[in-house]
Amino acid sequence: MSDQQPVSTGEAGLEVAASATTLPEGLRELEVIGVRHGAFAAQDGGDTSGFGGLVAPIVMPGPTERPYGEWFDAAADEIELALADRGVPMTSAVEKVVVDRGEITFFVRREHLLPFASVLRDEPALRFEMCMGVNGVHYPGDTGRELHAVYPFLSVTHNRRIRVEVTCPDGDARIPSITSVYPANDWHERETYDFFGIVFEGHPALTRIEMPDDWPGHPQRKDYPLGGIPVEYKGAEVPPPDQRRAYT
Amino acid sequence: MTTDQSVADEGIVYEGELPADDPYALSYETGQGTVYTVSGGDWDSIASPDEGERERIVVNMGPQHPSTHGVLRLILELEGETVIDTRCGIGYLHTGIEKNMEYRTWTQGVTFVTRMDYLSPFYNETAYCLGVEKLLGITDQIPERAKTIRVLMMELNRISSHLVALATGGMELGALTAMTFGFRERELILDIFEMVTGLRMNSAFVRPGGVAQDITDDQVARIRETLPLLRKRMKDTTDLLVDNAIWMGRTVGVGYLDLAGCMALGITGPILRSTGLPHDLRKSQPYCGYETYDFEVPTQDTCDAYGRFLIRVAEMQESIKIVEQALDRLRPGPVMVEDKKIAWPAQLSIGGDGQGNSPEHIKEIMSESMEALIHHFKLVTEGFPVPTGQVYSAIESPRGELGVHIVSDGGTRPYRVHFRDPSFNNLQATAAMSNGSMISDVIAAVASIDPVMGGVDR
Repeated sequence: MSDQQPVSTGEAGLEVAASATTLPEGLRELEVIGVRHGAFAAQDGGDTSGFGGLVAPIVMPGPTERPYGEWFDAAADEIELALADRGVPMTSAVEKVVVDRGEITFFVRREHLLPFASVLRDEPALRFEMCMGVNGVHYPGDTGRELHAVYPFLSVTHNRRIRVEVTCPDGDARIPSITSVYPANDWHERETYDFFGIVFEGHPALTRIEMPDDWPGHPQRKDYPLGGIPVEYKGAEVPPPDQRRAYT
Repeated sequence: MTTDQSVADEGIVYEGELPADDPYALSYETGQGTVYTVSGGDWDSIASPDEGERERIVVNMGPQHPSTHGVLRLILELEGETVIDTRCGIGYLHTGIEKNMEYRTWTQGVTFVTRMDYLSPFYNETAYCLGVEKLLGITDQIPERAKTIRVLMMELNRISSHLVALATGGMELGALTAMTFGFRERELILDIFEMVTGLRMNSAFVRPGGVAQDITDDQVARIRETLPLLRKRMKDTTDLLVDNAIWMGRTVGVGYLDLAGCMALGITGPILRSTGLPHDLRKSQPYCGYETYDFEVPTQDTCDAYGRFLIRVAEMQESIKIVEQALDRLRPGPVMVEDKKIAWPAQLSIGGDGQGNSPEHIKEIMSESMEALIHHFKLVTEGFPVPTGQVYSAIESPRGELGVHIVSDGGTRPYRVHFRDPSFNNLQATAAMSNGSMISDVIAAVASIDPVMGGVDR
């Protein structure tokens, strides 16, 4: 084992997803973000268990059909009406709705994000006064939708939360900025740009915020290595965290 | 040596007239080479602004400045002493915690998040653990005692965090006694943390499924003994400032931000409550059983730094009330979920050597049960898998809404963890609070935001 080259397993479990043949019946390509090989993900040892041959798709929670439950249906109706007032049909703005663990997520197509955000803020029945920032997530296995931007919203008036998720392909990482509607997102969008390389179009000054201005690359992406050096401890060498045997 | 000294002494001799060609650095020759003297001149000889137009200069304040509340860099555009524009430079404390967590198990993540906002570690831990528990679907299975201990530690932490806010805020405005008092009182609470968790700060005490350690009756008694002293000393500290004419002169009407401004900028916590809106997640979206505690949400309607200060003072009193209620309702019971696939196999105990292993557990895994050993090894090295999905869990930290967005891909490690730290968001208000004021008011405004750069940069 000691003479084995350490293998970075961070990406190993996330090979480009899922040809249709590996997808079980009834699963849509949309929710599959990768494929997991083996039961223990460790690639460096000999497989004595027989579980190393397992191949399983990594599937995120799928779309929810109505009724969504709780207040979600009423809110979705309001959004649909308000969007129609602005000349945007719900079906073209919203890709899918996911209700999972008591939280509702609207997957909004990026070209309709701005009207969607203003609906959330301005409609009296919705009144999501605050946007709690934006967070990027990089799914290298979600072909054509690699980069996701996730916006949590809070309504103080109605004491509700919803989540909006917007995706964009890696090759065309552009999402409209919602700072014109929610100025609070100024720094959050800069942070997401800094870490993921998503360009928020219309942001007043989209510069790096955490990393130095001349930093190459976007560190939170999955293809960006963690870095680190091996450390010697009591005569043994401990490899950096991303090169240790992993059980993902 | 004596020779050198005499040369140096001899050397400092002015020979003739000082050269006048460089107005900033006069130079003259000595026995040891050329010596430059940088001396101030008349401002007019350096720059002469046009009549009627004030000169605008850009001043860098920080990141290594004693009154910028940590490694915060303020870029101020000044005309005279009036601030025209303010920008913040952050990132000096970015340590890549979120990235690192993607390479550790879910339980190890606690050790990282506790180091984010280092003044309120229990909030980071609890927010993260509530998120993980929601992903696991075990929110309802968290034992009552664990929830109570979480509330207990969080509220003590709120007091210690607010004490530092007053202490450093006071120091930045020149009230040094407030600083020494604030840090002294905080130490009482840190002693409790050390007694319960083993560490003054960064305890990694709250774990997915419960808490790492039970709290003993002795410790409960010690906390009870500390509270009266804490209450008395807190009064001493706050009395130094509450009616202090200088303190009020520096903070009343300073750092103004009204409700509309707070809403637009996503500001939460004491700043939002200083506009009169009693928004507190402990009341509006309770977690850890906060709905069963009796406490008030203090507000002010002054929208200024003084109002925020008063809110922090009042919140500390409310926190003591909650701590007392939490101590009263501690009933014997488990502090971890039943599920052995998630719960750590043993509670630590302090042996004769001061180390923390549990002798019974070691006896079991080393000499009685091979399966128990395997289970222990698997749980500690591999961790537990968390079903795919994402959650956003938010709690009311001393600085506002601390939100955690967690994504799991079904593995034993987080796929992505993102902290929406209130300090990060609230710092955006610096410009709105300070533009048009004096430089000294910028300090008061930033102190009233109470940013913790460890949380801002993560």
